[in-house]
Amino acid sequence: MNNAIEIKELSLSIEGRQILENISFGLGEIGIACLLGPSGCGKTSLLRCIAGFEELNYGEVWIKGIIASKPNHHLPVEQRNIGMVFQDYVLFPHMSVTENIIFGLKDQRATRIKERLDELIELFALEKHTRKYPHQLSGGQQQRVALARAMAPRPGVLLLDEPFASLDIQLREQLARELRSILKQDGITTIMVTHNQLEAFAMADIIGVMGDGKLRQWDTAFNLYHEPKTSYVANFIGEGVFIKGEVINSIEVKTDIGNIKGHIPHNFEKGKKVRVLIRPDDILHDDDSKVTAHVRGKAFRGAEFLYTLETKNGLYLQSLVPSHHDHPMNEPIGIKTEIDHLVIFTDEEISI
Amino acid sequence: MTFKNFSESFYSLLNLNFGLLKFSRLNLTLIILALFFCIPVVIVCGSLFFPAKDIWVHLIDTVLTDYIFNSLALLIGVGFFSLLLGVIPAWLVTMYQFPMSRYLEWAILLPMSMPAYIIAYSYTGTFDAAGPVQTIMRELTGWEYNDYWFPEIRSLGGAIAMLSLVLYPYVYLLARASFIEQSICVLEVSRTLGCNAIDAFRRVALPLARPAIIVGLSLVLMETLADYGTVQYFGVSAFTTGIFRTWFGMDNSLVAAQLSAILLLFVVVFLYLERRSRKQLAFHHTSNRYSPLLKQKLKSSSAFFAFVICFAPLLFGFILPASFLGEWAISTYSEALDIDFYILLLNSLSLAFVTALLALVIALFLVYMNRNSHLFINRFLVRFISLGYAIPGTVIAVGVLIPFAWFDNRLDEFLTLHFNFSSGLLISGTLFILIFAYLVRFLAVSINTVEAALEKIKLEMDEVAKTAGMSHVSIMRRIHMPIMRGSLLTALLLVFVDVLKELPATLILRPFNFNTLAVRTFELANEERLAEAAVPALAIVIAGIIPVIMISNSISRSRPGYE
Repeated sequence: MNNAIEIKELSLSIEGRQILENISFGLGEIGIACLLGPSGCGKTSLLRCIAGFEELNYGEVWIKGIIASKPNHHLPVEQRNIGMVFQDYVLFPHMSVTENIIFGLKDQRATRIKERLDELIELFALEKHTRKYPHQLSGGQQQRVALARAMAPRPGVLLLDEPFASLDIQLREQLARELRSILKQDGITTIMVTHNQLEAFAMADIIGVMGDGKLRQWDTAFNLYHEPKTSYVANFIGEGVFIKGEVINSIEVKTDIGNIKGHIPHNFEKGKKVRVLIRPDDILHDDDSKVTAHVRGKAFRGAEFLYTLETKNGLYLQSLVPSHHDHPMNEPIGIKTEIDHLVIFTDEEISI
Repeated sequence: MTFKNFSESFYSLLNLNFGLLKFSRLNLTLIILALFFCIPVVIVCGSLFFPAKDIWVHLIDTVLTDYIFNSLALLIGVGFFSLLLGVIPAWLVTMYQFPMSRYLEWAILLPMSMPAYIIAYSYTGTFDAAGPVQTIMRELTGWEYNDYWFPEIRSLGGAIAMLSLVLYPYVYLLARASFIEQSICVLEVSRTLGCNAIDAFRRVALPLARPAIIVGLSLVLMETLADYGTVQYFGVSAFTTGIFRTWFGMDNSLVAAQLSAILLLFVVVFLYLERRSRKQLAFHHTSNRYSPLLKQKLKSSSAFFAFVICFAPLLFGFILPASFLGEWAISTYSEALDIDFYILLLNSLSLAFVTALLALVIALFLVYMNRNSHLFINRFLVRFISLGYAIPGTVIAVGVLIPFAWFDNRLDEFLTLHFNFSSGLLISGTLFILIFAYLVRFLAVSINTVEAALEKIKLEMDEVAKTAGMSHVSIMRRIHMPIMRGSLLTALLLVFVDVLKELPATLILRPFNFNTLAVRTFELANEERLAEAAVPALAIVIAGIIPVIMISNSISRSRPGYE
């Protein structure tokens, strides 16, 4: 087993309530994974299982080739060689920035502690703040101290619980990218929990989408968006609508906006009624197109408008259009479809 | 700005000015009222300007070293043991689950309801040479009085033990509140950084709780300094007994006041310590998010150990003394519950009720004065009055009696001289002076409670009400009072119970032939009629349980996420 983290059929229930159900995944060295899902989906509980704050009912947690958790075996948190950053950082308020960072570096020679401290101070650009106390720092600075503190003992795995949630929205994506390069530079395997897709896309090599205590898909951002395995993932990641369709042959589906070609799972026989996911970027605005739809809603997004369009046969679609195409409400505009990835589900799958 | 907006803001501006105008006359009255309550401290401190060299030389030669040594020994001893008895159980009940831990969590506070002089005499009755424990021991072994060693209850060590047993709950309360307040996350972080449970306590939880623990400790030390009943009963010469002796034995009120001033100096030190630590607490805030505290379940032997550590202070501080009292009360109640007892009860209850009500009304006035004005003098006076709680009852009694007795005597002289009419002790021999002394000491309790309640009502809420066209009076009546009703009741009850328990000031200031439960208990105990003292003592203890219940309710509600 070469993975830094290996989760096998993990289940957790607290006070009789099932929190996590049958979760398995593996994450290689220096990998950065995100657990993504709406609040209450169990992503933080999963992180806490890995950290060792919860005892498992079933399954196994392996960290760096060592079994950390299984029923009736529980390695204490402090022996797991993990680092964790909590949602609002939880710095020790009675210690300075320096004291906070070196907190986990006990039993080491002073020179080595100093070395590691200087390294982290430089990495996180905290030179001006070493003697300050947490209440004297801004939110972003506190976050950097919390990260430095967690990384100081060179943990085998770094766990981040919504590390950007307390920061300004404008800062988040930028910080996520910066953090990603720091983690890659320091060679730390990381699992991050977030409910924000853009953060996850900016940070992660691989993303686990969670819902109702289950891991719905473990995949790259690109695949989650373009090849969601379940309608839950399709709904959760990105935007879009489902429209009705009918399978014509093994590569084509007939819909009200024309026939769409793509890969169709082989268990879908001819004539089967299906739903097709249409993303806003699948519908292009084309003034020359004969197919038109009426603008029924528009949301300005800066570079683009997200139009809600109604087709002649009463279908509602969404379309991303460059924002210099500013069309008034209820005006008919020309559209064409350009679908690279056909995403279809049966009616039954949708209703789940 | 529309015309309507403009006219409205213009109108409110007028209104505001008018309000200030009306307020300043009221303000003056309140400042005078507030100054009135500062008299005792001013008198006591002022006494230092009147040298009394001869008597001080005599005091220094004879008893002063005793006073200082004993008071310091009490402070150190009681401080040490209340830390021990307060901090460790606070940590255990906050973090762990063990048998009875849910009940111990609040039951540990029960010794608070036991005034020190009552626990002192209940232990004396049980453990001194004539008490049942030693009697049974002698009967079993055949020893005589001097054949064996038994710890002497009536000693400095005994006083330290008694005071520690009833005062440690202050430390417990503040330490526990602080442990609960520390988000569990901060401990979890330390675990992820390689700390085991004991490291986490030592390196994170304890340093974080230190300001809170110091606040609790300062309260304990102030109470220790203020104690009169225990040290007097045990024959330990401390500052409070010295003040009594100088006043009534040597009949020297000036030197008594000067001794009081020195005692006050100690108090100021602890007050400073307390205030400074409270300020620090503000920075020791760890997180706004709270995950529910999942208490760790302790296993067999450590669970038993934890139980013993938490149960012992409760056993020795409440269960044992209360059951001694209960037993005596059962054996004597048929004689004790006579008409005299009911008069005593009526005296105590009505005195406590009148004082509590007055304190509440005055506190409301003062706190409102502060809310509506930002004058420095107002804030300062209210803060100064709230220091009254730290001043020992003996000191207040001295500070109250001197000016009023002086006034009475001058008045009497004047009337006798010019009208051949003696007014006698017009004020200083009446309940007025006693209630005044109570107010000086306990106004702080009602001020703090009312202030805390009113602070929770944001000023914006008043502004909303004003925009809805409500007057000051109707805002108070229809918004503030309904919201604060619970807190006002709390203020009333807390002062009520404090007055019931108060001993030294009552002892000095009560009118001739006027007795209260506390005074009667103390008198009977001093006359070695211990069993007879049990009924009034038990009445005080039972009343004392009320605020304990209120306090334990309010702290368990104080933290989100804590069940």
